[in-house]
Amino acid sequence: MSRDVTNLLYLITIVTFILALRFLSHPTTARRGNWIGAAGMLLAIVVTFTQHAIVSYWEIGAGMAVGGTFGAVAARKVHMTAMPQMVALFNGVGGGAAALISLAEFHNLTPRPGTLTTDISLAIMLSAIIGAISFAGSMIAFAKLQELIRGRPIVYPLQQPANAVLFASVLAAGIAIASGAEQQWLIWALVGGAAAFGVLFVLPIGGADMPVVISLLNAFTGLATAATGFELENNVLIVSGMLVGASGTLLTVLMGRAMNRSVANVLFSAFGQLAPATAGAAAAGATDGQVRSASAEDVAVMLAYAHKVVFVPGYGMAVAQAQHDVRALADLLESRGVEVSYAIHPVAGRMPGHMNVLLAEANVPYPQLKEMDDANSEFPRTDVALVIGANDVVNPDARNNSGSPIYGMPILNVDEAQQVVVLKRSMNPGFAGIDNPLFLNPKTVMLFGDAKASVEQLTHSVKSA
Amino acid sequence: MSHGLLLTFEITILVLAIFLGFEVISKVPTLLHTPLMSGTNAIHGIVLVGAMLVAGLGHKDTLTTIIGLVAVVLASANVVGGFVVTDRMLEMFKKRERREPDS
Repeated sequence: MSRDVTNLLYLITIVTFILALRFLSHPTTARRGNWIGAAGMLLAIVVTFTQHAIVSYWEIGAGMAVGGTFGAVAARKVHMTAMPQMVALFNGVGGGAAALISLAEFHNLTPRPGTLTTDISLAIMLSAIIGAISFAGSMIAFAKLQELIRGRPIVYPLQQPANAVLFASVLAAGIAIASGAEQQWLIWALVGGAAAFGVLFVLPIGGADMPVVISLLNAFTGLATAATGFELENNVLIVSGMLVGASGTLLTVLMGRAMNRSVANVLFSAFGQLAPATAGAAAAGATDGQVRSASAEDVAVMLAYAHKVVFVPGYGMAVAQAQHDVRALADLLESRGVEVSYAIHPVAGRMPGHMNVLLAEANVPYPQLKEMDDANSEFPRTDVALVIGANDVVNPDARNNSGSPIYGMPILNVDEAQQVVVLKRSMNPGFAGIDNPLFLNPKTVMLFGDAKASVEQLTHSVKSA
Repeated sequence: MSHGLLLTFEITILVLAIFLGFEVISKVPTLLHTPLMSGTNAIHGIVLVGAMLVAGLGHKDTLTTIIGLVAVVLASANVVGGFVVTDRMLEMFKKRERREPDS
């Protein structure tokens, strides 16, 4: 196949990717969009295979079978709750691939001096650096979300200056290579240094902020892919990589905005680290009430005789896989004439839209899902707000305590309801690691235990109430 | 095409792609942020094409081929995993009719 035909077919792939992104922006067409993108990807792979320059079909086919099988099995087996870390993992391996391509390409070209022009070697450096950062950073994000390492920010003295020095050295190595120091060890050091930077860069970021970090690293992998395109003089890589780089950057900014924080604040503030100090201030300032815990029977009676109940789901519901039980409880209450709705905070869970996905999985009709503004106007006439494993998104400190790290984040004002019931595993603070004065509010009762078990008990008790 | 001309052409499409990327997703509802992130994640799996080219071309030493093949494995996981995870998320967004109680 001639190079022109190849490039025209690659253009079809590019068009399918653009359509995929367009369609992904609307709930009704999103799934079709994803399929169109997958078809375009398949086309590009087939076209690449037919290039006569390619000699080792079998090895490549075997490699694709191994990677593809791993991807398919991991993606199919994983629970809906673990989706965020899966996205991180797949993003990381993509970045790793870009970095490895650069290593291979450099290794292949340097023995013949003069073949490496400055622009190509610049592209090789960029995709090696960005790809390695994305790979290592994504693996740390994966480990944090999977709770293989602590979700809390990991901080130590001189952390940011040390990171800056490391990053500057990596850049310096890159510039040295691009300007002619074509040493093999230098590029290995560069990739190693960039990977170390990726690790150190993500470690101080709290687990609750991981979605924003993953989105940013996703944009990074896109950029690394575009740089790979320059290195191989391949249009489909340049355009697709840059599409992802640009859209991923915008998405990162939009996510930050949904939490009322700048991206820089997310990346560099080691969010949640100030917890002990502000928690003390909050407790002193707001209430010095006590935590009251209730039994499932008490709460069941409260729910069964209410006019209006609003469910406020959070990560706790996701982790306990309680969405089906929540739906069952809601149905039961509705059959008793209680008005039921769900208040969805845009960043409840570990990903924006996380709760919508889970509740949709449990067949909750979507008119019942209220977005934050609608939900907040309903709380004053709500009898019971049932908070299921949500914490930071209902923390009144975001509204009242200017010393709190989440001050200014829009929250669900559950404390305006007549009564608040909080289902929670224990009194541990939430993922952001800050205390929540809502739990001390005299209107609030706590129902401790696993969300799924608690909701099941509630359903059982409502039946007999 | 001369090398310089090719490069300026590549830079041109790169810049156009930046604007296109911003344009295409500028009005996405929060609801779809997660699937969109996952969908773009699958799209950058196109790096697989680069990995195939590097691993598959003749005239090179063993180390280049081995590194290239590892890149093929990683990129394939990115492609397949990315699309499958996105599809599983989007499967949940089917419009469902409210079940009416039997009367």
